[in-house]
Parts: sequence; structure tokens; C-alpha cells
Amino acid sequence: MIANLGLYWQRLRAGDLGVLPVVVLLAIVWLVFQALNPAFLSSDNLVNLTQQSAVLGVIALGVVVTLHVGQLDLSVGAVSGLAAAVTAVTSVQWGWSQWLAVLAALAVGVVVGLVYGAVHTRLGVPGVVFTLAGLLLVTGLQLRVLGPTGSVNVPFETWLVYLSQRAFLAPAVSWTVVGVVVVGYAAARLVERARRQRADLPVDAPGTLAVRLVVLASLLTLVVAYLGTNRGVGVAFASFVALVAMTDFALRRTRWGRAVRAVGGDADAARKAGVPVRRVFVSAFVFSSTMAALGGVLATGRLAAANQGTGAVDLALTAIAAAVIGGTSLFGGRGSAWSALLGVLIVQSISTGVLLIGGDFSLRLIVTGLVFAVAISLDAIARRARQA
Amino acid sequence: MSPPVLSLRGVVKGYGAARALDGVDLDLHRHEVLAVIGDSGAGKSTLVGVISGNQRPDAGEVIVDGKPVTLASPAVARAHGVASVFQDLALAPNLDVVENLFLGAELTRGRLLDEVAMERQAWELLGQLAVRVPSVRVPVGALSGAQRQGVAIARSLLGDPKVIVLDEPTSSLGIRQTAEFLTLVERLRERGHGVVVTSHSLVDVHAVADRIVVLRLGRVNGQFDAALATQEELLAAVTGVDSPGSGGGRWGGSR
Repeated sequence: MIANLGLYWQRLRAGDLGVLPVVVLLAIVWLVFQALNPAFLSSDNLVNLTQQSAVLGVIALGVVVTLHVGQLDLSVGAVSGLAAAVTAVTSVQWGWSQWLAVLAALAVGVVVGLVYGAVHTRLGVPGVVFTLAGLLLVTGLQLRVLGPTGSVNVPFETWLVYLSQRAFLAPAVSWTVVGVVVVGYAAARLVERARRQRADLPVDAPGTLAVRLVVLASLLTLVVAYLGTNRGVGVAFASFVALVAMTDFALRRTRWGRAVRAVGGDADAARKAGVPVRRVFVSAFVFSSTMAALGGVLATGRLAAANQGTGAVDLALTAIAAAVIGGTSLFGGRGSAWSALLGVLIVQSISTGVLLIGGDFSLRLIVTGLVFAVAISLDAIARRARQA
Repeated sequence: MSPPVLSLRGVVKGYGAARALDGVDLDLHRHEVLAVIGDSGAGKSTLVGVISGNQRPDAGEVIVDGKPVTLASPAVARAHGVASVFQDLALAPNLDVVENLFLGAELTRGRLLDEVAMERQAWELLGQLAVRVPSVRVPVGALSGAQRQGVAIARSLLGDPKVIVLDEPTSSLGIRQTAEFLTLVERLRERGHGVVVTSHSLVDVHAVADRIVVLRLGRVNGQFDAALATQEELLAAVTGVDSPGSGGGRWGGSR
């Protein structure tokens, strides 16, 4: 435990803030809104909040990965809008099966990402510049696909609408997932610990593992039990969290993830070390656009419609804000997939909280902007601490 | 003597109208430390670039273990057994020591990274080179210059290369760190690697090199046995002045 604290201190001094400040920020936001309106932390509101987080969260997850390679994709909102339009138009007006419509929408995301990746690796233009062009172009395509009416309704009884709006995990399923996750985590940790002992490497004290397990188990239990007093854990939210966990695993435990972080830290160093830097950039842009498209698909389900307002510019900006507020650095190479979850919870808490206390859209933008500014400042200060 | 492990034959590399390398021949053997010295602009960095796979020569051959090879990238060079420690060290500051050591050559179990094996090998490697770091799980950005260099050299040893290229290794080190570094180079020679070192510092290369090649204006302007060569001879070759001694002032001025 003490050795762990020492390591955390070293990382802190090296300008690596970790997840702690973000959790503190989320707690502050919740306490403030709870003090202003006691309905804020009600299970009903939290169920709404989690369900509303899925769309923005999936998009923010893509942003996290592009930020990891030190790039910024400003067109994620537009891509989600185009994907929503494709989903709705192909399934409703062209009569495609909804599965096929969803696959087509995701394919649009893949193609956009491939184009971005090619532009970046061949011409060396920073993502923040050419995704602006992409934003205009993709928004134009979205309007063209939607056609003159500018809005397409998706039948309420389709599976997509059901899954994104009304599907909740049965309590038995929720608790099984909690059990599997906790036991699986414990088993993975113990196996790793045994391997480290056999290799004569330092291991955490048994107490540390126990503390982690207790924290994980109580957190999951609290969430499932409290949301369970209302409608429970939404399928959309649960899928988003699962996606975050998988992305986190890929970033930390696979060669791809390591390459992504190395390229964001120092692309030239990574190239000299033998990392296929171009492929890594392309994969990051493809991931981000595909996640944006998935967000658009989910948005179509949530709204049971796609229209010209789906994926407006503020969606991309909010998704980027969420990723940074959640603790992923704007300067590349630092962060975590979990910052998509934490950041989106903070941003979404602000928008529902502002609504609950009778504020309007303007107040919501102002508060989100302020929190974003604070997050950027912290990020910049941490970066300066690293370079000092 | 055994056949050379690395040879350059007639290597030419130009930038626009200027020729940074103009027909360079070079041989390197196992258990040998070859120093390449020269004034600024003599072609040292370009030579390192060609050997490390960072730059492609316009003409001429690079021969590793008797076979002509095309070193298209640092990764390809490494696959041919030529590893480099670049002047900027090429470490990712946000990754920890283990992650940097195995960057681009990670060990895996199935499809996942094998952190245990990598951490284990990292300790062994750093121990062999007597590189001391507080923890192998600390980001490289938090380490001192000498520690970073130790990590970069340790990384070059992975995969047991035949040739190790060290580009201006002492330029950012203090006096004591330089002494430690020179000991480290001797360890590399004992392990049987062929080592190429470039440097501005005549004193440093004299202390560690077996053979010294002097570059001047992109050409080899003399090869010396380090044990026999005098500072004056080397200076004369570096500056292009024929009579030994008269160039001393100019050398001092350029350092």
C-alpha cells in the first residue's frame, strides 16, 4: 500500500494526475446539484442520466482514442448525424432490414475514418484542420441523405428504438454481471500475482488487492441496487460501459494500445522504435469515426428519428469536452478509456442538473464551458510539471 | 581477423546540391568499438542515419555479415541486427521504462502483452548494464538524462544485435555520467557487439575506441588505431590541416 502511494506520488510529480481529480469533480457536481434540488440524486433521475449518457459517451470514447494519438476529430458530431440519417433513411424509406441499415451506418464511419487517416499520414495535416473540412462535407451529405423533408421517423416498435430507449437489464442479469466481473477481476489479479511471484517480481500486498476488490464490488453493488429501485440498468448504458471496458483493455493490454500511446507521446520516437506509426494513426481515426457513427445509430434509436439537428456542432464539442474533463490529455499519449465514462457522467449531470434547477440551454453551455476550461488548465499545468 | 560484421562501400547521400556523404567506405568487426569523429557538417549524422536505417543512401552498399542489405527503416535495420541509440534517444516520455524497452517489439502471450516477462527481462537487462532506475514502472519522462540514456542503450540490446550505433552519446552527460557511459561501452564490446560511436569529444573517443575514423566534408579523411593516434594527428585530420598542431586552436574553438 505504501509502495503504491509512493508510485502514485512519483507519477503525480511526473505530471500524471490519474483518475482521482475527476472522481472528486464528479462528486462536487453531484453534491452541488443535490443541494440545489433534492430530486437530482433520486434513482429516477439517475436512471435517466445513465440512459442519456450512452450516445454522447460512445462518441466521447472515440474522441479519447484520437486524443491518445495526439489528434482531434472535430467532425464526430457530423459523422454521427450522417450515420443517423443513413440508418433512418435506408431502413424506413428504402426498406432495408434494420440490421443492414445499422451496418451501413457503421461502414460510413469506417470510410470517413480511413479517409482522415490517409489525409493525415500522406499529407501530414493535423486532424483539427482537415476534420473541419470533413465536418462541412459530412453535414452536407447528412442533409442530402435526409432529403427535402429533413426528418425521418423510425417506427417505435423496432428493436433499435426498444434497445436504446426502453430495454433494461433484468435484476438477475445485472447481478450475474456484477458477480462475473468481480470474480473475474479477482481471478485475473490472482493469476497475475502468482506469475509475478514466480518471476521474482515485486507484488502488491494482499491487503491492496482486497481493498481494490471491496471497492469494485461495493461500487457495482451500489449502482445496480440503487438504479434497481427504479427501472434498473439500461441496456444502452450497460453496453456503453462494456465498450469502455473493452477499449480500456485494448489500450492497456494489447500491442495496438501500446502503439497508440507511444505515437501520442512522441510519434518520431515511436517510428524509430519500429512502431508502424501510419497504421496506428489510421486505426485511431477509423475507431473514432466508427464510434461516432455508432453514437448516431444509438441517437436514432433514442429519438426514434433522424433529423437535420442530429449531431449538431455542439455534440462534437461536448464529446471532446467530456473526454478532456474525464482526464484524457489534449496533448496526446495520456488518459484512459474510463475518462469517456467519467467525463460523460459529469457533462450529462451538468445538463440534467441545470434543467432540474430551472436553468436553460444557455446556462448549461456556460457551466459546461467553464468546467471544460478548468480541465484544460489542469491538463496544461500537469504538462508543464512534466516538462520542468 | 574475422570478416567485418558491417561494411559500407561507396556510400553517397546528398541533400539538394550538397553531398553529406561522398563515397564512404567503412568496416566494423565484432568486439570492436569504432569511433567516428569530425567537425560539424562533416557527415556524422548522415552516416548514422544510413547505418540505422533512418536515411536511405543515394548510392553505395550497406553490407551486414557479408550480405548487401537495404535498411529501409530503423525497424528493418533492427531486424538485420543493427540497433541504434539516437541522439534524441527516441523514447516516449509518457511510457514507463518497461514499455519503452519493448516498444515495437513487445512480448505477448496469445494476443495480449506479457507484462510479467517484459518486466522480468527489463530488470535483468538493466542489471547487466548497471543502469539504476527507481522503478521500471516510472514514466521515462521522470528520469534523469543519464538514466534515459541507459534505458535507450538497454533497448538497443534487445534481440541481441550484431551492431550497436551510438549517436553523440556523451553530448548531454556530465563528467561522472560520461565515465559511467564509457564503462558501459566497454561492457558492450565484451559482450561481442560491434559498436559505432560518433562524438565531438576527442578525449571521450580516445578513451573507449579501438579504431577512429575521421570524416571531413563527407569523405573519410583518415583511419587511426586509437592506441597509437595522437590528439594532434586526429585534430589535423578533422580540420584538414596537414601539419600537426597548427589546428589545435580551431578545434578548441569549435567545441
